[in-house]
Amino acid sequence: MTNDTSRRSFLKGAGATAFGASVLPFLKVLPATAAGNDVVVAVTGQTINSLDIHRTGTNRPSYQVAVNVYDRLVSFGTKTLDDGSLSYDYSVIEPEIAESWEFTDDGMAIVFKLRPGGKFQDGSPITADDVKWSFDRAVSVGGFPTVQMKAGSLEKPEQFEVVDDMTFKINLLRKSKLTLPDLAVPVPMIINAKVAREHATDDDPWAMEYLHKNPAGSGAFKVASWKPGEQLVYERNDNWTSGPVPAVKRVVLREVPSPATRRALLERGDVNMSFNMPNKDAKELSGEGDITIATTPIENAIYCLCPNLSFEPFKDKKVRQAIAWSVPYEEVFQTAAYGRGAPMWGGDATTPADIAWPQKFPYSTDLDKAKALLEEAGYGSGFEVPLSISLSQTDWMEPAALLIQENLAKIGIKATIEKIPGANWRTASLVEKRLPLHLETFGGWLNYPCYYFFWAYLEGHLFNSSNYRNEEIETLTSETLHMNVDDPAYAPKIKRMIEIAWDEVPRIALWQPALNVGTRSLDGYEYWFHRQLDVRGLKKV
Amino acid sequence: MAGRLSTIGVRITHAIPVILGVVVVSFLLTRALPGDPAVYFAGAAADEESIAEIRTALGLDKPLYEQFIIYAGDVATGDLGNSLSTGQPVLEDLANRLPASLELTLTALLLSCSIAIPLGVLAATRPGSAVDHLCRVLVTAGVSLPTFFTGVVLIYVFYYLLGIAPSPLGRLDFIYIEPDHVTGFYLIDAAIAGDWETWLGALKQLVLPAATLALFTLAPLARMTRAAMLSALSSDYIRTARAAGLTEDKVLFTYAFRNALLPVITTLGMVFSFTLGANVLVEKVFAWPGIGSYAVEALVVSDYAAVQGFVLAMALLFVALNLVIDLTYTLIDPRIGFETK
Repeated sequence: MTNDTSRRSFLKGAGATAFGASVLPFLKVLPATAAGNDVVVAVTGQTINSLDIHRTGTNRPSYQVAVNVYDRLVSFGTKTLDDGSLSYDYSVIEPEIAESWEFTDDGMAIVFKLRPGGKFQDGSPITADDVKWSFDRAVSVGGFPTVQMKAGSLEKPEQFEVVDDMTFKINLLRKSKLTLPDLAVPVPMIINAKVAREHATDDDPWAMEYLHKNPAGSGAFKVASWKPGEQLVYERNDNWTSGPVPAVKRVVLREVPSPATRRALLERGDVNMSFNMPNKDAKELSGEGDITIATTPIENAIYCLCPNLSFEPFKDKKVRQAIAWSVPYEEVFQTAAYGRGAPMWGGDATTPADIAWPQKFPYSTDLDKAKALLEEAGYGSGFEVPLSISLSQTDWMEPAALLIQENLAKIGIKATIEKIPGANWRTASLVEKRLPLHLETFGGWLNYPCYYFFWAYLEGHLFNSSNYRNEEIETLTSETLHMNVDDPAYAPKIKRMIEIAWDEVPRIALWQPALNVGTRSLDGYEYWFHRQLDVRGLKKV
Repeated sequence: MAGRLSTIGVRITHAIPVILGVVVVSFLLTRALPGDPAVYFAGAAADEESIAEIRTALGLDKPLYEQFIIYAGDVATGDLGNSLSTGQPVLEDLANRLPASLELTLTALLLSCSIAIPLGVLAATRPGSAVDHLCRVLVTAGVSLPTFFTGVVLIYVFYYLLGIAPSPLGRLDFIYIEPDHVTGFYLIDAAIAGDWETWLGALKQLVLPAATLALFTLAPLARMTRAAMLSALSSDYIRTARAAGLTEDKVLFTYAFRNALLPVITTLGMVFSFTLGANVLVEKVFAWPGIGSYAVEALVVSDYAAVQGFVLAMALLFVALNLVIDLTYTLIDPRIGFETK
């Protein structure tokens, strides 16, 4: 074989092929209005990986597409918080696609009247058939949407009935206060069934492939463009029929992974909003001239330290209480959360005064008490235990764990910090529940104490990573879960549950986390329990 | 010409076992990763039942060999599967992100070569001089400053304080529309379309991240150039050339530099390969939608298809790169031929 590679032949070859492509005409820059007053630019650190909340693998940040691009039968109201920022109002349920609804006389069904003239983004009318198809889909596809529907006792397609074009009926399996609010969470969104059916196949009866990339909703915004890992552009639906047409025409949501870069962009004024800012940046930027920081404590959520009852020393209530008395709460709150959120320690009574949840646990830092309790339990000489944290949540878990470790050492407990990879964390902590002492975070979408207890204190339930079981709590939770809040039996039962949870402390509350959002020349940001950006109310100022 | 083509053909056939090995190893390694994608992707409130449903949907309930046969079959037909974390076909993701990384890395290397090589040559010809010291300082700085730090400092100075640089928002500011996809390189695509406004916009976005990477890659190149030049200049043939009365330029560039270029090219190949995968931090700081951050994200959530696709793409790229480097050797030094091995 000969080798005749030479610079001359190399260059000769290159010259012939280059510059052969044709010149394409094309729009250079967006019209000048793009940067005008009705465009909002927001940055976030997370990727939107699907436009369909029902799909397997759709991540949390993608839920906002369900909120902004789709409508539900009902929605929650809006209220102004003490600090002047807006929040959704859990106590008020407002019409969205439905114009009105009423319970049947026996209370075992809800009949919804759809808003006349309601239209999808493609102009076709919204009918009860679309609602039924969408609900059937949510309860049938499995995974997260099905679990969330189940929380509202919406479990099988037979429950959903088309009475006529504009009337939709849900037959209830049981009377539950959770059903109506569960219709206002992002999952039971109304999909344009005509469009979806056209793209359904035998293998894919619910058009998962199509709706993953092509939303078919009736919401206030359309998706103008979506590049996962880069940006999502919303464009106003000028013919929105389920509410007042939004003030802004376009919202550009850019993904910027580095928090330092997001902060610089907001400070320079090149973006109008930084969504879900780190606590540190929120603290340092609040009170800075033009930037408004909304810090909203996340409802029904607590960051916890959980001793696992499957492991010997923690079977004893006194050991758990000793740990609860040893945590340096204030330092943890200031260091790990930069003081953003709400303290969950230092309550004054061991029985709760009301049914607010979460509320301050009756523990504070008292090392002498902790030592005495350990002594009583027979662990006066201490013991060794691994303290597990997740590598993907090190921002708050690492400082919290180090401070807790330091104080545990003072009462003789030698804790070694064990870092678990993010991909493994859920399996280890929640599914296998095999971590002796660990940090945990759970927040319930439906804002009731019984709902929190259902997930976090019942044996075998996912977020009960402490393997806790208490007969009384098991009974009380199942009694209260569907009971109306104004039922006279409700409050005493909830108080009893909180009292037990405080006394037995299978979950030691550290603090209530907060969601930080920085805005600039922008009004109308509203906090939602789903912790995603609702762009419908935004206004430039 | 025909000879070269057949040599390339032979080299490519040599790469086949390597690629097959990569397919097997990447499959096994991703399975050995800690974490359970079914649990991860089942979402926050999933129970045992829905986790099992998702495991079946992902095909993870099948035995390992069966999963491999399915995977190998798909790869053979050019289907790399779907990434769970981005929700897109892996092939599409790679097609979008690889050009972004390549554009950044190549620009950075071009920049660092244009500084490092002259600097190295100057330092070698004037050892102990001010240029030599400057070279040493730059090399030390380049090695010791981590890229994310340089990146943040550059953003702070040029964007935040001075306001000269555009907002670090990825490949193109949102006011531009990206050029039609031809090569995936925005500079080239915009030039093909004759859209110079977008071209300039893309170039502006490129300057800071490319400078960050250039500073990092400059160090090994400058050092290698300096060392190679020094050893070339002290060799016998240079002494002969000088004795023969050749001009200093002729000695330096035709004889010394050309011989010194071989190790520099080798280093360049190595630098290129590790920067392409290792510029994750630069990508994060500048919101650059590149392949490094894609792979890391995928790894963190045990997104099997994406990790496998990434490894395979990199393997193919390195095979191509090695081929190009070997060809370049023969261009620089006619004594080197493939048949010598």
